[in-house]
Amino acid sequence: MKAWLPQTWSGRIYALLLLSLALAPFVLDWMKQPFYLDLLTRALIFAIAVISLNLILGYGGMVSLGHAAYIGIGAYCVGIPSYYDYYNGWLHLALALGVGGGFALITGAISLRTKGVYFIMITMAFSQMAFFLFVSMEEYGADDGLVIYSRSEFPQWISLDSAFGLYYWIFAVLLLALFFIHRLVHAHFGRVIVGSKFNEERMMALGFNTYRYRLACYVLSAMLCSVAGMLLGNFAGFISPDMMSWARSGELIFMVIIGGVGTLFGPLIGTMVFVLLEEILSAITVYWHLIFGIMLVALVLYGKGGIHGWLSLLDRGGGGRG
Amino acid sequence: MAEPLLTVNSLYKHFGGIVATDNVNLAVEQGGIHAVIGPNGAGKTTLIAQLSGQLRPDSGEIEFAGHSIVDYSVARRAREGLARSFQITSVVMPLTLLENVMLAVQGTGGHSFRFWAPVKNDRAMRDAALASLAEVGLDDRAERIAGQVSHGEQRQLEVAMALAMKPRMLLLDEPMAGMGKEETARMIEILGGLRGDKTILLVEHDMDAVFSLADQLSVMVDGHVIATDTVAAIRDNDAVQKAYLGDSHA
Repeated sequence: MKAWLPQTWSGRIYALLLLSLALAPFVLDWMKQPFYLDLLTRALIFAIAVISLNLILGYGGMVSLGHAAYIGIGAYCVGIPSYYDYYNGWLHLALALGVGGGFALITGAISLRTKGVYFIMITMAFSQMAFFLFVSMEEYGADDGLVIYSRSEFPQWISLDSAFGLYYWIFAVLLLALFFIHRLVHAHFGRVIVGSKFNEERMMALGFNTYRYRLACYVLSAMLCSVAGMLLGNFAGFISPDMMSWARSGELIFMVIIGGVGTLFGPLIGTMVFVLLEEILSAITVYWHLIFGIMLVALVLYGKGGIHGWLSLLDRGGGGRG
Repeated sequence: MAEPLLTVNSLYKHFGGIVATDNVNLAVEQGGIHAVIGPNGAGKTTLIAQLSGQLRPDSGEIEFAGHSIVDYSVARRAREGLARSFQITSVVMPLTLLENVMLAVQGTGGHSFRFWAPVKNDRAMRDAALASLAEVGLDDRAERIAGQVSHGEQRQLEVAMALAMKPRMLLLDEPMAGMGKEETARMIEILGGLRGDKTILLVEHDMDAVFSLADQLSVMVDGHVIATDTVAAIRDNDAVQKAYLGDSHA
C-alpha cells in the first residue's frame, strides 16, 4: 500500500470526507442546490470554531463555556469597520486576531487561575460581558444586529464575492487549521498541554509553568475562533450579539463531544453531523429540539469517544496508534 | 564535613490546631542518602510538600545549593534541580513510559514554546529519556502505556522521571509504597546504584530499605525531628526505640 494513503479505516473515512467537501460545490451546483452549499459553508465555518475549541477543551482539558464570544468578536471586527466603509480584509483579519487574542489574554489570565466548574462559570461570565457590551452599543444596532453590505476585500489576492470563492477560501482555512493543530499537539508545546490535562500537578513537579502554557494555548485557540467569526460575518452578511450568547458556546461544546474530544478530525465530523441533523430534523418537525436533545443525551451516555470513537472501532486489529 | 546541599531551618506549618511541621531542622549532605522515617501522621509528607513547593511553610527557611528557595514555585524548584517522586503514583497515564520520561527531560530543558517540530523527532530528548529508563531497568518497556504496566513498574517510572530531570537532589516520597518483596528489592538495588552520584532525601516506611540504603537517618514524630544520626546510632537510640521502632518492630 502506498505510504501516503491513510492506513486505517477511520483515516480513510476522514480522507473521503475531506474529498467530498472539496468536490461538494461542483456537485451541488450541478444538482442546482445552492441552499445546501450555503448550509455546508456555514458548517465549515463552525467547524473551524469547533476545532479551535477542541484545542483547549479536548487537548487541554479547559472546558470553556464562552468560546462563542470569539465568533462574535471576529464577526464584529468585520462589521464595525465595514460600517465605516473600511472593507480591507487584512485590516479585518488583523483586528480579529488582535482583539480576539487580546480579549483572550486578559480574560484567560484571570479564568485560568480557576479549575473545573469555576473555569466553566468564569469563561461564561466573560462571554456574557462581551455579549452585553455589544447589546448596549446602539450605534452598531445593539441587539438588532448589524448588516454587512460588502464582504472583506483582499485586493489582488482573494475574492470572497462568489459563493464558490468564499467556500473554497473557508475550506482552505479549515485545512490550515487542521494542519496547524496536528503539528501543534505533536510538538513540545502540545505535549505540555496534553500532559497538563491529565496531570497538572506532575507537570509542575517536572518544571513546567503550566499556567503560562495553558494561557498561550487559550489565546491561540481564541485567535483561531476569531478567524471563524470573521468568516461567519462575511458569509452571513448580518451579525448580532446573539452569535456570542452562552447557548451558542454550549452548542460548540456539543459539536466537540459528538465528534470526539481531543481528536484531530472529531470536531469537523461532529460539526457536520450537528449542522446537518439540525437542518434535517427541523424540516421534519417543529419539535426537533426534543428529538435532537434525546439523540445528544444518548450519544453522551453510550457513545463514549463520540463519532471518532465509533470509527476507530473499525481500526481494531487493522491499524496502529493514532 | 561536606557542605549540606539542602538545609531546613526552623520550619513550621500548622493546619488549624494541628501542628504538622514543628520546628524542623534538617541538613542533607551532598551525595548522601538521607532517610526520614516516622509513624503515620508524623508529618513526613507535609515536609516533602513544603520542600517541593506545594505547601508554603508558615515560617522557616529552606536553602538549596546555597540560596533560599522558600519563595520559589513548584516548577521553579524543579528547574533548580530539586526533583521529586510522588507517594501515590503520579504520571501521565495515557502516555507511554517513554513519552512520560521525555516530558521529564523536556521540563528542565528550556522553554516549550515550540509549536512545529514533532517531539518524536527530538533525538537528543529521546536518547536522554531512554537512558533514564535504562537506569531503572524499564528500557524494554519504553513503548508501553503508563496506565497499563504493573504498579511496581509505575513506581520505577516515577524514579526514571525524577532522574531524567538531571536533578541535583531527589525527593523520594515512599518509592516502595505498595510494592511486593521482589519489587522492593529491585527498587533498593536501583536507588543503591545512585549512591554518591545523587543526593537523595528518602521518606520511607520499609525499614529494610531504609537500613540498607540510608547514610543518615532522621526520625519524625508529631511534626518534629526527634533524632538525626547515622543508621547504627539511631538503632541504639532509646528515645527512637520507644517512639517508633519499638512500636512497629515489637
